[in-house]
Amino acid sequence: MNRYPLWKYAILVIALLVGIVYTLPNFFGEAPAVQVSSAKATVKVDATTLARVEQALSAAGIQPESTTLDASSVKVRLDSTDTQLRARDALQKALVPDPADPPYVVALNLLSASPRWLSALGAAPMYLGLDLRGGVHFMLQVDMQGALTKKAESFAGDLRTQLREANIRHAGISRDGQAVQVRFRDGQSMEAARRVVADQFPDLQVAESTAGTDYLLTATIRPEAARRVQEQALKQNILTLHNRINELGVAEPVIQQQGLDRIVVQLPGVQDTAKAKDILGRTATLEMRLVDESAEARAAELGTGPVPFGSERFLERDGRPVIVKKQVILTGDSLTDAQPGFDSQTQQPKVDLTVDAKGGRIMRDTSRENVGKRMAILLFEKGRGEVLTAPVIQSELGNRFQISGSMTVNEANDLALLLRAGSLAAPMEIIEELTIGPTLGAENIAKGFHSVAWGFAAIVAFMAVYYALFGLFSGLALAVNLLLLVAILSMLQATLTLPGMAAMALALGMAIDSNVLINERVREELRNGVSPQAAIHAGYDRAWATILDSNITTLIAGVALLAFGSGPVRGFAVVHVIGILTSMFSAVFFSRGLVNLWYGRQKKLKSVSIGTVWRPGADGAITKAEGR
Amino acid sequence: MEFFKIRRDIPFMRHAMVFNIISFLTFAAAVFFLVTRGLHLSVEFTGGTVMQVGYAQAADVERIRQTIAGLGYSDVQVQNFGTARDVMIRLPAQKGVSSAQQSEQVLGALRTTDPSVSLRRTEFVGPQVGEELAADGLKALAMVVVGIMIYLAFRFEWKFAVAAIVANLHDVIIILGFFAFFQWEFSLAVLAAVLAVLGYSVNESVVIFDRIRENFRRYRKMSTVEIIDNAITSTISRTIITHGSTQIMVLSMLLFGGATLYYFALALTIGILFGIYSSVFVAAAIAMWLGVKREDLVKAPARKEGDPNDPNAGATV
Repeated sequence: MNRYPLWKYAILVIALLVGIVYTLPNFFGEAPAVQVSSAKATVKVDATTLARVEQALSAAGIQPESTTLDASSVKVRLDSTDTQLRARDALQKALVPDPADPPYVVALNLLSASPRWLSALGAAPMYLGLDLRGGVHFMLQVDMQGALTKKAESFAGDLRTQLREANIRHAGISRDGQAVQVRFRDGQSMEAARRVVADQFPDLQVAESTAGTDYLLTATIRPEAARRVQEQALKQNILTLHNRINELGVAEPVIQQQGLDRIVVQLPGVQDTAKAKDILGRTATLEMRLVDESAEARAAELGTGPVPFGSERFLERDGRPVIVKKQVILTGDSLTDAQPGFDSQTQQPKVDLTVDAKGGRIMRDTSRENVGKRMAILLFEKGRGEVLTAPVIQSELGNRFQISGSMTVNEANDLALLLRAGSLAAPMEIIEELTIGPTLGAENIAKGFHSVAWGFAAIVAFMAVYYALFGLFSGLALAVNLLLLVAILSMLQATLTLPGMAAMALALGMAIDSNVLINERVREELRNGVSPQAAIHAGYDRAWATILDSNITTLIAGVALLAFGSGPVRGFAVVHVIGILTSMFSAVFFSRGLVNLWYGRQKKLKSVSIGTVWRPGADGAITKAEGR
Repeated sequence: MEFFKIRRDIPFMRHAMVFNIISFLTFAAAVFFLVTRGLHLSVEFTGGTVMQVGYAQAADVERIRQTIAGLGYSDVQVQNFGTARDVMIRLPAQKGVSSAQQSEQVLGALRTTDPSVSLRRTEFVGPQVGEELAADGLKALAMVVVGIMIYLAFRFEWKFAVAAIVANLHDVIIILGFFAFFQWEFSLAVLAAVLAVLGYSVNESVVIFDRIRENFRRYRKMSTVEIIDNAITSTISRTIITHGSTQIMVLSMLLFGGATLYYFALALTIGILFGIYSSVFVAAAIAMWLGVKREDLVKAPARKEGDPNDPNAGATV
C-alpha cells in the first residue's frame, strides 16, 4: 500500500542530485578576477582579445585559473587577490599602451569561485541584487514623444525636398506637434502631393482638410511606424548607455529595458553617483568631413611630412592614419538612421544612411563637387576622434546614401550600430535612483540569512518534537524544499534581493503547512482506529486535495504579484511562486518517499511514530501510539 | 505531544454572530482610520528622496533636523532607522532640483556638523513612477481577488468564493487599518506582504471549506451547522500549528531581518493573526449564512459516497 515504485525513487534521487549541484555554487563565494572590456564603441572584445590576454598573462608568468570570453568581456579568474593585482597591471601594460586613450578597460572583478566541473555543468550562483551587494540603480525614462517629434521634423524636411523634386507647389510646410501640415492653394496640387506621400513615405498616413480657402494635407506617422521608431530609439539608447558605462569599468553592469520606454541601469559596487551620472549623460558625436587628398597630406599620412594647415590627423580603426580637413560637413545630429543591408546589384553588404533634409542639401552640394574623393566619418568620444570609415564618393548623394565596399556582413552591422550609437536617439531623464552602501549590503545579507536560518531551525525543532519521526521527515522535506528552491533560483540565474530572502523564509513557513495537514490527517485516521498502513495512505491521499487547492490559491496571489509587481515586489514574487511549487513536490512527494521507505516494507505495522495520538476513550484515557 | 484534545465538536457557529459583530466593528474601525488618517505611503509611492545615513555613534536626530531645516526644506522627516546610529531622512520632491543635488547638499550640510556621517542609501523616485506603482498595486490586488474567486467558484461553489473573499479582504483592510492607525510606513514590501496574506489567508479558508465539502459527502444526516462545526474542529489543530510555524518564521524575520524587513514582517504578523480568526469565524459563517447546502457540493449522483475507505473521498468529483 505504501510503496513507491523504483522510478519514483529514481526521480527523487535525481531531483536531489540536481538540487545539490545547482545549489553548491552559492557556497563557494567569489574569487578574485580581472575583467577586460572595451572602452570604446569601435573596439570589440573577441577571440583575438582573449588570445592577447592569455599571451600577456603567460608573458608575465601568471597562471590564471581560467579565462573566459562572454558577450562583451574577457574574464580571468585568479587564485588570490595578490595575483589579481599583478594580472591587472600586466594586462593594463599589454593592452593599454596609451593611458590617455585606452582601447580597453581592465577592471578588478569577482567571479564565482565554484570549481570548474560545476561551471561546466552550467551551475552558477544566484546573482545578488543591489540591496545585498551595494551599488547604484537608476531608472531612466526615455522621452518617446521627443523621439517622435524629432522623426516628424525629419519627415517635414524630406517632404519639402520630395515635393520640390516633383514640382508640386505648396504654400508652406509646418510641423505641428508630431504632425506635418502642408498647405496648398488648389486641390490638384494636394492630390499630387498625396500621391507622392503614398509612393515615397510608407511610414506616413495623410488626412485632407480645408482651412479657409487653403487645402490642408496633414501627414502623421503611422502607429506601426511610430512603434518602430520608439523601439529603435530605446534600443539605440540602451546601446549608447552600454558603450558609456563600459568606461566606468564596472564589473557587471545591468542595462535592461523595462516596459516600453524605460531603461534600468544597475552598477554594482559603484559609489560615485555623480561620476556615473556624468558618464550616462555624456554624448558622443559623429562628424563627416572630407579627406585631405593634397600631396602634403599624402606625405603626412605616410609620416614623411607635417600635417597641412587646416587639416587634422586621425587614426582609422585599424590604426592607419588619415588626414582629414578641419571643416565639418555634417554632424551626427543630421543623421537620422543607419541600417545594414545588401546592395541589390553587387550583393555586397552595405550600410544605408539617412540624413535629414538640411543635411541632404549639404550632402548633395558637397558630393557634387567632390565626386571621386574620399569622405571620412568620424566618431568623437571623450573628446577624441576616430575615423570609422572613409569611403570614396561615387556620385552625387541625396539625403539617402550608402556606404559599401569591402565589408563583411558583420562589419556592416557593426558600422551601422556605431553610426547609430553615437548619440542618444531620444532624451532621457532619471526618474528613480537608488544608492546602497556596500556595508549595508553585507548587513542585509546577514540579516536575511539569519531570518531564514533561525526560523527554519525553530520549525524543524518543533516538528520533530511534536510529530516525532514524522516530524523529522517533514523537517527533511522542508530542507529539500529549501535546497530545490535555491537550486531553481540559481538555475534561473534569478537576482536575489532582501525581499526575495523574506519570501524564502515565508515560503518555508507556509510550506510546512502541507506536512502539518498530512500529519494531522494521519493522526486523525489513527484516532478513528484505522490501521497504521491505511492511516498513512489515507493521510497522504486525503490531504493532497486540500494541499492542491490551498496552494493554487496562494499561487494565484503570487502570479498576480509577478505580473504587476516591479522591483522588490517582483523579487519577492519570483521566490514566492517557485517556493510554492517546490513545496508541493517536497512536502507530498518527497516526504511520502521517506515514509514509504521507512514503513512501507513492513507488512504488519503495529504503530507509527507520529507523536501522541489521543483517543477520547470511554474513560478519557490517553492511549499512545508509540513509535519503534 | 498533542496539544488539542477535543472531545466534542466545538459549536463555533453558535457564536458566529458575536464574532462577526466584532469582526464588523474592527473592519469599520480599520476603514475609519484608513479614511481619516490615510496610509503613510513610502517614497516609492509618493515620489521624493529618501536618504539613510550612518553615524559612528548614536545620532542626534534633533540636530540633524535643524541642520536640514537650515537648508530651507520645510516638510522633512528625520527618524532613527533600525539602530540609533542609522537615520532615515525623507525629502519631498522638488521641481528643478535633482535628487542627487538634494542628497549631496544634505550630506554636505550634515558633514559640517558631524564629519563621521556616511551615506548608506539614497533613493529617489519620480512622482510618476509612484503613481504607476500605486496603480499596479491596485491592479495586482484586483487580479488576486478575481483569480481566487474564479478558482474557488470553480472548485467549490460561488457561495464559498464570496465567503472566502469577503473574509480575506477583511483581513487585508484590517492590516491596512493598522498601518493607518499607527502611521507605519506602507512600502512596496508591505504591499507584497499584504498580497501574500491574501493568498495565505484564502489558503486557510480553503482547508476548512475542503473539510466542509468532505463532511457533506460523508455525514449525510448532519445539519449544515454541525458539519461546519465538525470541519472547523477537526482542522483546528492543523490551523493553529500551521499558523504557529508560519508565525515562527515571520517572528524570525521580525527579530533578525533588520529595519528593512520590519514592517513587512509586521504586516504578515497581523495578517496571520487575523487570518486564523477570519477563516474560522468569518469565512465559514458567511458561507453558512449564504445558505450552503449539501446539494451545492455533492452534485453527482451518489457513487461511492460516504464510503470512508474510498481513497478519493476527499478529492473533487
